[in-house]
Amino acid sequence: MAAVEHTSIAKPVQSARPNWLARDLIGVAVILAVAVLGYFLFPNNLALLTRILAIALLVLSIDLVTGFCGVATLGHAALFGAGAYAAGIAAVHWGITDPFLMIVIGAVGGAVAGLVSGAVILRGHGLAQLVLSIAVVHLFHEAANKASTYTGGSDGLAGISPDPIFGMFGFDLWGRTAYGFAVALLVIVFVLLRLLTRSPFGMLCRGIKEDPIRVRAMGASVHGTLLKMYVISGVVAGIGGALNAISTQVVGLDSLSFTLSAESLVMLVLGGTGSLYGALIGTVSFMWFEDFVSAANPFHWLTIVGALLIAVVLFAPRGLYGSAQLLLERFRGAGK
Amino acid sequence: MSAVFQVQNLKKAFGGLAVTQDVSITLNPGDRVALIGPNGAGKTTFVNLVTGHLVPDSGKVILAGNDVTSLGPTPRVRQGLVRSFQVTRLFPDMTPEEHLALAVLQRTGRSGTIFGHYQAKPDVMAEVAELLHTLGLDHIATRRVSEIAYGQQRLLEIALALALKPKVLLLDEPAAGVPQSDTPRIEAALAGLPSDLAVLMIEHDMDLVFRFAKRVIVLAAGAIIFDGSPADVTKDARVREAYLGSYANDRSAA
Repeated sequence: MAAVEHTSIAKPVQSARPNWLARDLIGVAVILAVAVLGYFLFPNNLALLTRILAIALLVLSIDLVTGFCGVATLGHAALFGAGAYAAGIAAVHWGITDPFLMIVIGAVGGAVAGLVSGAVILRGHGLAQLVLSIAVVHLFHEAANKASTYTGGSDGLAGISPDPIFGMFGFDLWGRTAYGFAVALLVIVFVLLRLLTRSPFGMLCRGIKEDPIRVRAMGASVHGTLLKMYVISGVVAGIGGALNAISTQVVGLDSLSFTLSAESLVMLVLGGTGSLYGALIGTVSFMWFEDFVSAANPFHWLTIVGALLIAVVLFAPRGLYGSAQLLLERFRGAGK
Repeated sequence: MSAVFQVQNLKKAFGGLAVTQDVSITLNPGDRVALIGPNGAGKTTFVNLVTGHLVPDSGKVILAGNDVTSLGPTPRVRQGLVRSFQVTRLFPDMTPEEHLALAVLQRTGRSGTIFGHYQAKPDVMAEVAELLHTLGLDHIATRRVSEIAYGQQRLLEIALALALKPKVLLLDEPAAGVPQSDTPRIEAALAGLPSDLAVLMIEHDMDLVFRFAKRVIVLAAGAIIFDGSPADVTKDARVREAYLGSYANDRSAA
């Protein structure tokens, strides 16, 4: 034991800051490059790409509570849908059609939904927590269905016509503006979340995930911290919902569904929990794969998607990004 | 010198079983007290009552003049009552530096800040560096805790408690599970604890108790049966009876 200690080479306290700053700049550059590539490769499919970006915000939002805090949820679409309906209702019923204002309203709607559902879900632990989250999304869904005067009920909320961005870029039929807007939003949110996850608060959340008892023994409030993260995650999901409302110009009950909640959790697991990159990679691969397979084989595509998921969970339990990272580390370790 | 920590007539029963019977302890700043007792003496219950994990049936816990009996564990920590754990409770994926930074940020009310990195806060980094140095953990500051030796993890537990600048420190078997070769380092760390800090150590290892404590309290069947100097504890008939049981009692009576 002692021998092991003595052989441990004294590592100088490295200045980790420039390191992660560089990594983040590379990350943003990669996201932008992929976005530009998508624009030129699939010019007729920008609506799908925009939808992917909106869902990516939802998956990032789940990652905040599940990946970083260890809270299990199958009801996170409640936050996404709340943002979508808040922005949609503001546009249709109150005449607020400025896209930036709609995003802000969506963020607030998501935050309120995050506060409400967080207050309920965080009462439970483990399986009970999961069941509570499912109950919450069903309640939100039912509430939206019943309040049809505002939400349009099962017909959906149509007639959302956002103003042109800066009065210049209208939301056209091709979806170019919506796509550009979505990319910009995602990059901004991504950068802010990178800062958030590295902040003292992000560190505290990681601590809670690893050992809540230790966090309490340090004098920090576990419940308060988790609720705060739930509200932040609501803001992110709400932005995603509002973005979806702006780009599709309609909000349906499916945006508040259990199916969407479960699918986005699957996307997160596919990409790798606890990493923002994992959330993005999971969303893009799942949705692209789903689109590709459903076009290639409209009868058995769900089977193929299911088989892929089983393969990932069995052979790459840390998700695509997590496993790639692990392989890279081993490769580097072997190279030394 | 006024008492920094007082436990007054603490009582707790589970059903009909009284596990803590009228326990009173007073600690002054700088005290080094060991709490010992045979298995089942009620040490764990006592710690849980003091830290706020259990609610006493009656009695008071007073910390720096404030009655904290009705407070939960977390507010008690904020008021300066800090504990270490018998089995280390650390964050396996975080580094010692991150642990200590988080504790310093928590103590100074900044652990909820959503922007900024702890490495960009010079006061935090200075304090962390000092703590790492005091406990000899500098060279593993940026390693993951899951990769460092158990003895170092125990030292980090102590550093973590100190980072919270406690008034009263409860050490729950600080050397438990540490290989023999590492115990001197733990003892050195204990000897170097701040001189104004009141320390209550729960410990089984009598050698450590005798080297560390200036005062020994013996708990048996939920009650204090001895409170005095380490030199007297082994001579005390009731303590011997508690440890050796009725066998010794019978022999001495005979």
